[in-house]
Amino acid sequence: MRIPLSWLREYAQVPADASAEDVMADLVKVGLEEEDVHRPSDELSGPIVVGQVISLEKEVASNGKTINWCQVRVVPKGAEQTLTGKGIDPSGVQGIVCGAHNFVEGDKVVVTLPGAVLPGDFKISPRKTYGHTSAGMIASSRELGIGEDHDGIMVLSKLGLDPELGTDVFELFGLDDQAAEINVTPDRGYCFSIRGVAREYALATGTSFTDPASIVTVSEATEAGHEVVLRDEAPIYGVPGCTRFVTREVTGINPSLPTPRWMASRLQLAGMRSISLVVDISNYVMLELGAPLHFYDADKLAGAITVRRANAGEKLVTLDAKERELSVEDLLITDESGAIGIAGVMGGAATEVSDSTSRVLIEAAHFDTVSIGRSRRRHKLPSEASKRFERGVDPRIMQIAAQRAVDLLVQLAGGTETTKATDAGQIPADTQIQLPAGFAGALIGVDYTDEQTITALEGIGASVEQNAEGFLVTAPSWRPDLDIKEDLVEEVARVVGYDKIPATLPVAPPGRGLTRAQSQRRRLLQGLADAGLTEVLNYPFVSEAQNSTFGAAQAGTEVKAISLANPISKEFRFLRTSLLPGLLETARRNIGRGFRDLALYEGGLVFLPGTQLGSSVLPPLGEKPSDEVLAELLNGVPNQPWHLAAVLTGREASAAAGFAPRAWDWADALDAAHCAADVLGVELEVAQGSHQAFHPGRVAVLKVSGQVVGYAGELHPQLLKDQDLPARTVAMELNAAALMAAAPAVVVAQQHLSAQPLATQDVALVVDQDVVAGDVLAALREGAGELLEDIALFDVYQGQGIEDGKKSLAFGLRFRAADRTLTADEASEARAAAVAAATEKFGASQR
Amino acid sequence: MSDQTTEQAPVGESNVPHPTDEAGIQGAVDAALAAIQAAGDLNELKEARLAHTGEKSALSLANRQIGKLDKTQKAVAGKLVGGARGRVNKALAARTTVLEEAEAARILVEETVDVTAAARRRSVGARHPLSVLQDRVSDIFVGMGWEIAEGPEVESEWFNFDALNFKPDHPAREMQDTFFVEPADAHLVLRTHTSPVQVRSMLERDVPVYVLCPGRTFRTDELDATHTPVFHQFEGLAVDKGLTMADLRGTLEHFARQMFGAEAQIRLRPAYFPFTEPSAELDIWHPGAKGGPRWIEWGGCGMINPNVLRAAGIDPEEYSGFAFGMGIERTLMFRNDVPDMHDMIEGDIRFSQHFGMEI
Repeated sequence: MRIPLSWLREYAQVPADASAEDVMADLVKVGLEEEDVHRPSDELSGPIVVGQVISLEKEVASNGKTINWCQVRVVPKGAEQTLTGKGIDPSGVQGIVCGAHNFVEGDKVVVTLPGAVLPGDFKISPRKTYGHTSAGMIASSRELGIGEDHDGIMVLSKLGLDPELGTDVFELFGLDDQAAEINVTPDRGYCFSIRGVAREYALATGTSFTDPASIVTVSEATEAGHEVVLRDEAPIYGVPGCTRFVTREVTGINPSLPTPRWMASRLQLAGMRSISLVVDISNYVMLELGAPLHFYDADKLAGAITVRRANAGEKLVTLDAKERELSVEDLLITDESGAIGIAGVMGGAATEVSDSTSRVLIEAAHFDTVSIGRSRRRHKLPSEASKRFERGVDPRIMQIAAQRAVDLLVQLAGGTETTKATDAGQIPADTQIQLPAGFAGALIGVDYTDEQTITALEGIGASVEQNAEGFLVTAPSWRPDLDIKEDLVEEVARVVGYDKIPATLPVAPPGRGLTRAQSQRRRLLQGLADAGLTEVLNYPFVSEAQNSTFGAAQAGTEVKAISLANPISKEFRFLRTSLLPGLLETARRNIGRGFRDLALYEGGLVFLPGTQLGSSVLPPLGEKPSDEVLAELLNGVPNQPWHLAAVLTGREASAAAGFAPRAWDWADALDAAHCAADVLGVELEVAQGSHQAFHPGRVAVLKVSGQVVGYAGELHPQLLKDQDLPARTVAMELNAAALMAAAPAVVVAQQHLSAQPLATQDVALVVDQDVVAGDVLAALREGAGELLEDIALFDVYQGQGIEDGKKSLAFGLRFRAADRTLTADEASEARAAAVAAATEKFGASQR
Repeated sequence: MSDQTTEQAPVGESNVPHPTDEAGIQGAVDAALAAIQAAGDLNELKEARLAHTGEKSALSLANRQIGKLDKTQKAVAGKLVGGARGRVNKALAARTTVLEEAEAARILVEETVDVTAAARRRSVGARHPLSVLQDRVSDIFVGMGWEIAEGPEVESEWFNFDALNFKPDHPAREMQDTFFVEPADAHLVLRTHTSPVQVRSMLERDVPVYVLCPGRTFRTDELDATHTPVFHQFEGLAVDKGLTMADLRGTLEHFARQMFGAEAQIRLRPAYFPFTEPSAELDIWHPGAKGGPRWIEWGGCGMINPNVLRAAGIDPEEYSGFAFGMGIERTLMFRNDVPDMHDMIEGDIRFSQHFGMEI
């Protein structure tokens, strides 16, 4: 809402020298947030004055265009010496070339003199044109930035103005006014009016306030007005669509009269266009009192007005000349010809006021907030009217607003007030709230006195009656948001001032620190960073193809994924079932920016819908659902396990003088997975795997206690090629939630660490090529018995000396006893037992 | 190499002084000391040693002759030659030490490298600053005895809106541009704020409840310099007997000072949220703000609306509570002077790596 200060000053005590910034600084204290400042003078400066065309010669220029060579007096005769030094000819008469033709000798016009600057940083200076020196410009309203009209220059008499020559146009047009723009929260509909903001300003500054509604005298109706019927067979939430409908009639309007400059200026500053006097009056009353009005051309109405819900298939051409299909939920204004408006949202074209309207029927009505909101959304028609109705309009303002419109139509548009009036429907009962004594103080932590409480509540317009239990408060009619006692507490607290609230620090019960899962996640994220990887956070939006490639190990498996009804991009409307698509996208972006050596990781949720997706129940607000309903709601929320994934491409570091970094390979992906598992103290079981996104021969399936928790290896060469990613890019992804759950609750220490000497033994075994090292190692470990402390694979060999189809695996075994030095025989025996086990299982022979 | 093979040309008998020839022995000693002193490195010293203490050196040969002397002469010669050899050996040892030290020093000089030419051998990893900031915020509250609570990102509409007192047709519900899950009658959304965790926390725990809920949230904003459809918030919630708005202010003030230093101040402005009453916007006085200290809008807060307590089965006549919520991206933007949202979400490694493990 933009508040022109000149308008605010009519009803509130705003100091003459206060700027829009000052006003906003006060309003913010009561909860109206500062947004912006609007000052026409920011774009317009310098000498701009009223001048009179004293002579005008038409000349045909060489380009065929006819121009006017004008002599324009800008200083009253005899006062020439008062304006020296302002780029004005000593004679007080400027020679100006003007291309417009809508004026004659004697007209008073707006002259922008040399030194003036117009919107768009258009600087005025004397310039040679069409064979003359033009010392200024005669301006149109668009050139001044105060209107749309550019059909010709502004002729002041046509605006009903006859100012002195030399009058400052800033003052004349209210261009020295300024507007404070504030943000109005959804509960404060009444602040979409000068009336509401003036009251808030008074509250914020402790000054007095004149209610603009209080200075309107409603004429007594002596004649029945236009017949109005209110009907609602399908109220939403049981609330009738229209509770009150007031009409008034004004006749004899002169449609050719212009909007006075002060009104146009305020409307423009408030962010509305000046359209025509009649329309401007309706907007003016809306801005001032917060009541959206609708004006009908009374001569175009066909019989009684009925407010009702639309019939199936009904249509209406609205003011914007669009035909709209109406919903049976839309509340309509109709006459005997059918729909003439969507109530509170937009009027119909057929009954619109025009430049030939002389008889106006004024509608001032009160509509249900929900009904208006739904129609506005359905027809995508946000309007100044719907904005106010949706937040609630004062149900007691109808007569007053209609009268204010009548008065302005009479005063400015030459209209005649009639005594015909309609007041259909009724004013809803006031809301009464009991505020227990001391409750506000107890909730805020400030000991408000009774006087403070009463003053604050009366300040917002409530009436307060003190009773045994505290205060019986009748909420003002323009505050439908006041409903419960806590609402009143906020009013007291904000009027007295939030800055009066002290700071005390409550003491929570003894804490337990992070949960196990929370600290595990932290350690995982930190662990991978410590291992040299860089954390990134990707959007969870993926395509169907990405989910089907990464979301299931085997191609062709259906991947169930959640899709969004209103995604940012239709292609990426699915929620991820794997973190890898996002990581690969980020890798590609980095590579595109010249960073080819990457080790990226991400921890985040993936979304795995189960059999039940959501729940059709939606319990009411303000009460705890039953256990069954709660269980139903919770069961409908899809499984969202926390995953951890990494993508590595390029080399472990950038190459440099004296340093040749290693290229990442499949084992590094596996290593990252091991790193994560080690951080948690979980042992990963590694086996040859198969996953459609990975190289068929270079992927490990990772398990914990036999349960698959992830994959690691080199991505499929074809996939990398298709996705324009470097060859040999490797990746791993873990269901970290499962990994975390498998972590030991308590890590039991090893038995007393033996200080006895170590005995090492190596063994090289020849096995079939398709036997995997991990299995042989497991067999050796099992066979070696308890003297074996550790075992590691240190070489894999194929080639000379090894039969085709076979390979040699070399292992180092470390033996140690707890209580003695092992003899060579003991170590050799253990080694032999290990070899025997491997031989038995895999037919391994010693090399 | 044996002494034999590198032995100098035979020293003529005539050059060998008689073992009792005091002047002759002294001459040999002088020659030896001169040669030792003249040796410039360990090789030259070795040559001098062989020449002057080797088997065929004058002193050795003189020594060998002692055996042939009579008893009286033997004693004189033994003393004379022994003393001479001792002086030479001492000089040798001293010179050896000097030359060894010089040699060691020379090697160290030779091994000098250009330290400015060193390459980074390993790429240092980094956490994402949003992630680190989230941990930092959590730690402050854990330090106050609060718990950290989490919830799902795809959330039931009831938890995201209704339980938080958003009426079905209230404009506030529309204010938060919500991603809806298909189909609409599943009543699932991508949570628009971390506030649904409030209700979950209250349902899961017995009062008193003091929890902080950090997490990812979603709104249908297009990505630009200050907006992103996927962002992070943290939400604080306290429910206990007799909690006041002063307690809310005190909590926020304490938190603000942990985050922005002892000079940080907060300001509450009246505002509107469906789930709190009274409600406030929270501004922070940021002493270190770029362009000078100023008030910065940080988040929203208020006393929990009784309807929210009721939705969680808590009697609002017995308990009261407060809640607050802030954006993590926004906090990072003004705390660490991040100029553009794109940097936070694009995953450009330069962004995270600049921060490393700390913010």
